[in-house]
Amino acid sequence: MQREIYLDNSATTPVSAEVAKAMEPYWSVQYGNPSSPHMRGVAAEKTMNHCRRTLAELLGVTPQELYFTGSGTEGNNIAIQGVANIPYNRKNPGHIITSAVEHPAVLHVARYLATIGWEVTYLPVDSTGRISPTDLQKAIRPETRLVSIMLVNNELGAIMPFLEISGIIREANRERQTPILFHCDAVQALGKIPVDLKAIDCDMASFSAHKINGPKGVGLLYVKRGTGLRPLMYGGGQERGLRPGTENLPGIVGMTRAVELALENLQTNAAHMRRLRTRLIEGIRSIPDSAINSPMDGAPHIVNARFAGIRGEVLVHFLEQKRIYIAMGAACSSKSKGRSHVLEALGLSSEEILNSVRLSLSPDQTEEEIDYVIESLAQTVGEIRSIYS
Amino acid sequence: MYHILLVRYGEISLKGRNRRMFEDILISNVKTALQGISIGEISRTFGRIYIETDEWEAAAERLQKVFGIVSLSPVLRTDLDLDSIKDAAVRVMADTNASTFKVETRRPNKAFPMQSPEISRTIGGHVLKNFSHLQVDVHQPDVTLEIEIRREGAYLYSRTIPCLGGLPAGVSGKGLLLLSGGIDSPVAGYLAMKRGVAVEGLHFHSYPFTTERSKEKVMELGRILGQYTGQESFKLWICHFTEVQKAIQKQPYESLRITLMRRFMLRIAAKLAEQQKALAIITGDSLGQVASQTMESIFTINAVTTMPVYRPLIGMDKQEIVDISRQIGTYETSILPYDDCCTVFVPKNPATRPTVEQALEAESGMDVDGLVNEAVALTELVEL
Repeated sequence: MQREIYLDNSATTPVSAEVAKAMEPYWSVQYGNPSSPHMRGVAAEKTMNHCRRTLAELLGVTPQELYFTGSGTEGNNIAIQGVANIPYNRKNPGHIITSAVEHPAVLHVARYLATIGWEVTYLPVDSTGRISPTDLQKAIRPETRLVSIMLVNNELGAIMPFLEISGIIREANRERQTPILFHCDAVQALGKIPVDLKAIDCDMASFSAHKINGPKGVGLLYVKRGTGLRPLMYGGGQERGLRPGTENLPGIVGMTRAVELALENLQTNAAHMRRLRTRLIEGIRSIPDSAINSPMDGAPHIVNARFAGIRGEVLVHFLEQKRIYIAMGAACSSKSKGRSHVLEALGLSSEEILNSVRLSLSPDQTEEEIDYVIESLAQTVGEIRSIYS
Repeated sequence: MYHILLVRYGEISLKGRNRRMFEDILISNVKTALQGISIGEISRTFGRIYIETDEWEAAAERLQKVFGIVSLSPVLRTDLDLDSIKDAAVRVMADTNASTFKVETRRPNKAFPMQSPEISRTIGGHVLKNFSHLQVDVHQPDVTLEIEIRREGAYLYSRTIPCLGGLPAGVSGKGLLLLSGGIDSPVAGYLAMKRGVAVEGLHFHSYPFTTERSKEKVMELGRILGQYTGQESFKLWICHFTEVQKAIQKQPYESLRITLMRRFMLRIAAKLAEQQKALAIITGDSLGQVASQTMESIFTINAVTTMPVYRPLIGMDKQEIVDISRQIGTYETSILPYDDCCTVFVPKNPATRPTVEQALEAESGMDVDGLVNEAVALTELVEL
């Protein structure tokens, strides 16, 4: 039987054997609560601190600037709502700038802030899925408090012009008493493109473990020292009060190992995936009446494409019979009837949006597998078109 | 404090010689519904059922989903002496928030020394003494304290819990419900069950054109409906409809696709119904709601079978259907956004006035019997 080809790595990834092995002792042997006073607790705390130091080194920040969270979504919420919870901002809701193509974990937080008095600007994107720095510059107002822009778009793979974005914010902050904070949703960027937090010069960045062969249920939030976020939850004071709740030690250990592996192999993996991606794009282009929605210079792991006359959903189910797993739009939006807001922002027609699918790669896939996928796509597209004729 | 549930069933007690059979089915449905709840003896007298139970609240909740029951009352049973009855009366009245009441007494046990009006007066007086805020109102009381002097003891109750009414599920015969996963069809099934139909579901699945999740969703709807069947399980037939869909896509009359799809569904349902000895097909059609539910469409679709098709929602507005759907608990599942086989194949401009002639013309190039037979053969049964 054909080996399973999983092309939905932007939705989630399998935990790698190495990561699972690293986590193993922390379920039933090293099970301590880092807050406990006895040796079990101390051992757990040591492990946790070690993880935090490792991650800090890998990301080029200080351990004190890293917070363990429960997911990428949680990190985004703590960052954005955390800014809104700053006492001054609570009394004087301000203005937040984000993009029209953010993940729902940012977009819906912005929508929520709009219900409690905040003004929200959603920057449009061009045909490559990127915001224009000029638009950002124009959108900044005296009461702007926060800019939240993703590094890599999860549906298209478009890479945002983050250096220009932070340049504009830094420039604007020169003449301001309260600086504009910059938050990046870096969930789809980690392990795919270099993420240099110092160079990006953001104040906050959210990460998730399960997109890079780490476990689900654990994420990481970078918060630059002195940012002054206020928590969303109150509890036992863990994570310096910003994210209370007993730490998920197996998850933290797994995430640390996953980040280590992802960054160690970043160049090799990215180059390999880019080759596969180019091959896949060329293959799709050879199928009649197809089009690529993703920008050519996007992240190496995502191809968003459409096939005229074929509903993405139907293609997903036909391909799964061949053990090829792809996504329609994005996993998060396919549960709701709403069409992809990202593809809408690109200016695609609703028919084109319905015809779109996303294929997202993993570094362990091979060129032979990609060729098989192309062949299957061509055959399936033909088959479905002959039914609908 | 209550140890007995009094079950009232209205309509079935009127139905002469069938009454005994109806009661048997109702009691059997009641027993099925109460599985897992500790109950003692179940007895019946004069159009009522008494159920001994230490968990009357849990039992009442279950029985509120059993068709044929008009209302329930939790009953306090006490010894056959006046003092005990007085005490019990105070306890039962303390369990109400009425400001007016009356007492009604029945005395099937003529060995009890007092007569009914006298008991009512005595107990009423005692209640008044104990609750300063209560007044007697014999015409429109907030509550009626009912006392039954029976051989087993005195039964007292004041609370009445309204139930679904209808006929006991299963007394009418079997019907096959076309269950799509939308809001309407579960409601149609529910209303058929309410009139005693033993409902089984038939779902048309068009994988890989639709998601496996839509099947899961229909199974969940079947489980919810199953709570009203009086049976331990709900039978759901799943028909693999993909080949029929493909054949319909191939015929040249695009605007007729929905009409043809519904005609095939009805043919398959009729054939399965016949095999399963069902006496009717039930659908969630509501007149004029969508293109396939205009009078012309229903006429043209219905022309494929002589099997009766029940359409309990035919005269209902969407909101009325939604209200029932919420009340019976299917709404939240129905609105989950998975496509069923209609939505993926829906033409841009479905015909709203298709004729039988047009449908026959479109079907002339198709192997109608072959497709129907194959689909029926591929239909599988899931017991939920």
